[in-house]
Amino acid sequence: MNFQLEIWRQDSRDAPGHFETKHVEDVDPEASFLEMLDTLNEDLVAKGGRTVAFDSDCREGICGTCALTINGMPHGPNQVTTCQTYMRDFEDGSTITVEPFRNNAFPAVRDLAVDRSALDRIIQAGGYVSVTTGPQPDPNSQPVTPEVHQTVMDAAICIGCGACVAACPNGAAMLFTGAKVTHLNNLPQGQPERDERSRNMVLQMDEEGFGGCTNYGECARVCPQDIGIDVIGMLNREYRRSSRTKKKTHPKKMVAQ
Amino acid sequence: MTLDARIPEGPIAGKWRRWLDDHKLVGPRNRPSHRVIVVGTGLAGASAAASLGAQGFKVDSFCFHDSPRRAHSIAAQGGINAAKDFANEGDAVQRLFYDTIKGGDFRSREANVWRLAQVSTNIIDQATAQGVPFNREYGGQLATRSFGGVLVKRTFYTRGQTGQQLLLGAYQALQHQVAEGNVTVHNRHEMLDVVLVDGVARGIIARNLITGAIERHAADCVVIASGGYSNAFYLSTNAMGSNATAAWKATKKGAYFANPCYTQIHPTCIPQSGEYQSKLTLMSESLRNDGRIWVPRDPDEQREPQDIPEEERYYFLEERYPAFGNLAPRDIASRAAKVVCDDGLGVGGTKRGVYLDFRDEIERQGRDAIEGKYLNLFQMYERITGDSPFEKPMMIYPAPHYTMGGLWVDYELQTTVQGLFAIGEANFSDHGANRLGASALMQALADGYFIAPHTVMHYLATQRKKPLDTEHEAFVEAEQGVRSQIDRLMSAQGTKSPQAIHREVGAIMLDKCGMLRTREGLLEAIEQIREIRARFWDEVRVDGSAEEFNPTLEYAGRLADFIELSELMCEDALRREESCGGHFRGEHETEDGEALRHDDEFAVVTAWQYPEDGLDAGAFEPHDEPLVFNEVKLATRSYK
Ligand SMILES: Cc1cc2nc3c(=O)[nH]c(=O)nc-3n(C[C@H](O)[C@H](O)[C@H](O)COP(=O)(O)OP(=O)(O)OC[C@H]3O[C@@H](n4cnc5c(N)ncnc54)[C@H](O)[C@@H]3O)c2cc1C
Ligand code: FES
Repeated sequence: MNFQLEIWRQDSRDAPGHFETKHVEDVDPEASFLEMLDTLNEDLVAKGGRTVAFDSDCREGICGTCALTINGMPHGPNQVTTCQTYMRDFEDGSTITVEPFRNNAFPAVRDLAVDRSALDRIIQAGGYVSVTTGPQPDPNSQPVTPEVHQTVMDAAICIGCGACVAACPNGAAMLFTGAKVTHLNNLPQGQPERDERSRNMVLQMDEEGFGGCTNYGECARVCPQDIGIDVIGMLNREYRRSSRTKKKTHPKKMVAQ
Repeated sequence: MTLDARIPEGPIAGKWRRWLDDHKLVGPRNRPSHRVIVVGTGLAGASAAASLGAQGFKVDSFCFHDSPRRAHSIAAQGGINAAKDFANEGDAVQRLFYDTIKGGDFRSREANVWRLAQVSTNIIDQATAQGVPFNREYGGQLATRSFGGVLVKRTFYTRGQTGQQLLLGAYQALQHQVAEGNVTVHNRHEMLDVVLVDGVARGIIARNLITGAIERHAADCVVIASGGYSNAFYLSTNAMGSNATAAWKATKKGAYFANPCYTQIHPTCIPQSGEYQSKLTLMSESLRNDGRIWVPRDPDEQREPQDIPEEERYYFLEERYPAFGNLAPRDIASRAAKVVCDDGLGVGGTKRGVYLDFRDEIERQGRDAIEGKYLNLFQMYERITGDSPFEKPMMIYPAPHYTMGGLWVDYELQTTVQGLFAIGEANFSDHGANRLGASALMQALADGYFIAPHTVMHYLATQRKKPLDTEHEAFVEAEQGVRSQIDRLMSAQGTKSPQAIHREVGAIMLDKCGMLRTREGLLEAIEQIREIRARFWDEVRVDGSAEEFNPTLEYAGRLADFIELSELMCEDALRREESCGGHFRGEHETEDGEALRHDDEFAVVTAWQYPEDGLDAGAFEPHDEPLVFNEVKLATRSYK
């Protein structure tokens, strides 16, 4: 298979970026999209060119590192991660545009790589249960029904890739945040910090400059883990609930870097 | 130097308790004045950093990933073992201990394994308290299943994403400590050297992978949790970024590297499809619970697998190992697959594949039941290969997956360098010559949550505190060393990408230091690897600059270390004149083709010292730590 690639090139965070045209030939349809880029890079190195920088790690759809916007769709056409996108998914001879995940809260690193630490800071604001290491209660002392487990697990499988943010016309991180809130706030272990968690995570989202949800639903459409938009409903409910409860006098607040 | 594992005296069951009772503490008010560096944010590193932070120490946590949550541990699918006996089978610490020792083919340290089995139960409690959603039975109780190499159901899991959920639990605990101000995470930072002041580990040199800045970080001790080295084989199930650099730089600074030849080739991976392939994908071993492994008896079989009648199928594991059948341990299952493929019975385009067939269990339990257990794995398989395992058996082949070898550590998880600890897959660990399924997560978390926090505290309490100073000449020197390697790579005038050279090394390793090793092959491999090492610096090309985000530069540096480590893996395999676990030497097999150990000579851990004047001037020097067995009788491992 042969393709023409329109690839986003940008030297660093503050440098201006532009599209560059590259041609790849004799691509095996069974190769993954990233393997196609590997081959391109190998070729560029051998010929004295400048490689295209991009991120990836597990290459099996679980680590959330890979993050390309392909033909305008975060991750690509199939609602799976970029690393699970195969060349057989594209039409032979077509032109493919390749860009990074774009959002104000995701500063550019180089070419197709971006900095998604903003998502880590949302977790720091409350995406955990405050237990320290040590003896803990018998897990069976707090039974969880399979129904609750299912709701929790369907949200907990978020890989934190940020495709939801990149897809959202408002640049919202509510699917990501909603998934964590749905995971922890539904479990018995998550109850004591339930309200504080929802409040602080939402505040941190705002602090980072993410937008708000107006129900476009693009996030759920690109989510490789198929996380449903109902987690945003949950987030809204939990946030409302938390604003009814009394605020702590010293809310934890993180500063965006 | 004699290797002293510093194992506490007394009966095995009380050793760890006794150690804990005697160990020294740093008072809570003094803890914030101690700095600890933890390299790695996988299960081992994240759990250790979070626990040390919670104890009150100041922790600097490093990962090359863009977020600590992306460490390779995230990819573990199958589960984690614990001697909880929730399945009411009489399981206990003793049994998990014995299974692990036997699974490791009697090449691990009894005291360490016992402790591992002891703390295994705490891990499940800890993770549940953090909100890790382990699978539940209908009554809401935790569910368990059985995993390769054992006869009990002691494996806990969260669907097919156990590693992900456990890592997120540890990552969230880490982020909690970041919010508390106890931990600083340095993401996209790569440790490129450890700094020794008067022979004691006092810091690291790291490169900021975004700006290229070379930074000095000082601390009172350094913990390495950088994962395994399966990527020495180029194609493996490990993540693309997994590498041995942190451990190897430590080795070059005097930490011994133990049992490098103990590598695990996992039986259930998707076979390679082409040259462009960048990694291999594991299909969780849990599939072997319900899948039957076979090949057609006729090497020239042309029919679709579904159409081949029962009597023309060769269920080679069931036939050779009736007691364990398809659940035989990994090394045995892998080698058996290799043997049938070598005999020409392999399937698929490359003829290097065997079937993993769910037909019978789908019939017996119903499609829904099978879907409930494996849906995400089946989908993943279909996504990659285009075939549905509901219609057609899966095709699998063994692939490098895990490394039992690693930095030598004593009972306190300290390397031969004072103040330098190693935990998780990065140490030579408790798995001997072969690791059982679902035991790596257990070990990484045992080290990180329950062992290192205490042994590190003990170490800090017993050291006279010295001020931290990154202007010390040791830092200056180490930084210069790092800079000169980077300069050398940037100025190399070759035409090959690091990948291309890595592929060459990997092919040699897989062929000669993989599932089957021989003296002749290993000697050849060493020769070839040395030759690659010699031409590497002329052949490689790194584009871009060192002052920017430069994945090619990162790759080239890691490859330089892999090349040296590969040579050592072959050296170790050559010296170990026996077969045990994942190390199978063609010269040492029983009449029916099973591994033949030589306990009189090789019931030892071999820890290798890096030559002081470098590899061109000197050779690796082996040091043996004898293994003493009081609790178990050395037996021939049999799964028949
Ligand atoms: C596909 C797959 C499935 C598996 N399934 C299971 C299973 O079901 N059950 C089981 O028990 N085990 C399983 N394992 C094994 C298990 O996942 C690993 O052994 C374990 O997760 C290793 O954890 P770790 O913390 O030691 O290292 P890793 O998770 O590999 O973490 C290494 C960390 O070190 C950092 N790092 C490395 N080098 C540097 C450096 N130079 N500078 C800075 N940072 C550095 C990385 O950024 C990363 O954060 C599986 C492994 C694979 C490959
Ligand atoms: S590289 Fe891990 S999800 Fe794509």
